[in-house]
Amino acid sequence: MITALRRIYMALFALYLIGPIIVITAVSFNAQKFLAFPPRGFSLRWYAAIFVEADWFAALMNSLTIALASALLSTAIAVPVAYAAWRYGLRYARALFALGIAPFILPPVIMALAFLLFFSSVGVNGLMANVIIAHAIFLLALPLVTISLGLESIDKALIEAAQTMGASGWTVFRTVIVPIAAPFALAGFAFCFVLSLNEYIIALMTVGFTVETLPVKIFNALRYGYTPVIASIAVLFLLVNITVFSLIARFSNLARILGAMD
Amino acid sequence: MRNSSLSRYVALIPSSVMIGVFFAIPFALILMVSVSSPADDADFRLGFDLQHFQRFATWFYIERALFSAGLCALIAAISMAIAFPFTYFLTTFKRRAQDLWLIYILAQLSLSEVLIAFSWQILLSRTSGVGNILEMLGIVERSFSMAPSAGAVIAALVYLTVPFSVLLLFPALSRMDRSLLEAARTLGASPVRTFFTVVIPVTRPAIISGAVTVFVLTLGAIIVPQVLGRPQHWTLSVLITDQAIFNFNMPFASALAVVLLALSASVIALVSWLGRRAEA
Repeated sequence: MITALRRIYMALFALYLIGPIIVITAVSFNAQKFLAFPPRGFSLRWYAAIFVEADWFAALMNSLTIALASALLSTAIAVPVAYAAWRYGLRYARALFALGIAPFILPPVIMALAFLLFFSSVGVNGLMANVIIAHAIFLLALPLVTISLGLESIDKALIEAAQTMGASGWTVFRTVIVPIAAPFALAGFAFCFVLSLNEYIIALMTVGFTVETLPVKIFNALRYGYTPVIASIAVLFLLVNITVFSLIARFSNLARILGAMD
Repeated sequence: MRNSSLSRYVALIPSSVMIGVFFAIPFALILMVSVSSPADDADFRLGFDLQHFQRFATWFYIERALFSAGLCALIAAISMAIAFPFTYFLTTFKRRAQDLWLIYILAQLSLSEVLIAFSWQILLSRTSGVGNILEMLGIVERSFSMAPSAGAVIAALVYLTVPFSVLLLFPALSRMDRSLLEAARTLGASPVRTFFTVVIPVTRPAIISGAVTVFVLTLGAIIVPQVLGRPQHWTLSVLITDQAIFNFNMPFASALAVVLLALSASVIALVSWLGRRAEA
């Protein structure tokens, strides 16, 4: 009886999670220009459109460039802070760490408005660099948290053993710390990449009128009626997200990053 | 030694500059602009003037703030309530099955709010959604559109936040001491009773902090209330975007942002105070 209830519950929950995705996927393979479910005919033209139609492709390239650059920048800012907080327990590094987490906790529209005000008062408008920096700061919490999780998983006895055997500080860093922490840093980088790719409001407010990212372009397209290209992009994005998180699960410890014990 | 401890700080300079210039200054700007006064030559002049907050203190905006808080509380409650049993069952799965579910949950969580709103719009539309399926099954005579409506906003916002709820509950449920459950079962408690008298009390701190996080997260939603709701379903975040991008009224947008900030901060503070009082 309990098992049956449990199965029904899990099935309903899974249906709620996956239902909209199934409808979107079906719509994206539709042969006609209008949206229809169940789909009529089968066609891959809406997937081809992302790469063939110049404006969709430009938006895709903008999104990929911004996501890659901001994930790199964010990880580069996070590494020294997380390292100094863990290795030396510097109070200053811990304060920076807390400050770096804050933008991610606030409702994103607040940071979006802050960046808009900042870049317009400095007088630097509409550059792709603006949104790269804005995303790097907004998403900084992700590499900070994953890297410090990685560092905390290092057994301090291992470091002491290396030092006792005469390894220099640099050797310990290179041969003990980096190999253990690197997968976690990579996971932070990947989280940043995926969330930047999907971010809407900060991209809109910082450079929305000059550099169109995919989410911004989709929202603009929604106002002029629907095109099945949006559905195919949704499916493509979901596949990118699934691929990235599968890679994290494969090369790092996903359940641990998400808070399970080993 | 002095030299090496100095170099520890030197290594932090680039990160400090980035965080200081691009987080602390922009954040301070919001506070400054929210109390600026109007000027002829430019949009506003820095100073101290509470007129934008006075404009907020009218029933229209106060009602919006109360509506936002109420909606977010409702979403947090529904989202946590349906995510809890799922997460509880998930943690009993084998590691590999858990990983697969977590990958899917993360992928959905990362999906842009724009795409979620679009998906739900299709799902609730007359021609290509649930209505259509109901018509085919003969449950309703004619397909009908289910959006825009309050129900559409709630369904999509819960959908948007449920992956977060699962991940926020996951650590506590996954680290829960399973021997407690066995003890309760051995003493003759039914599974349902064990769930309510052991599992929920043990994970209460995670439930409370998770609900607060979902509350703040929902406060940030912008597209779903706009696309799936009517103007009476618009939240503070929608109004801020509207003021900043379409009315170019930065001071008022900033004042609304300060209100949103205060709302988020007070909920976080209230709940952590309640949590500490419950522990004492």
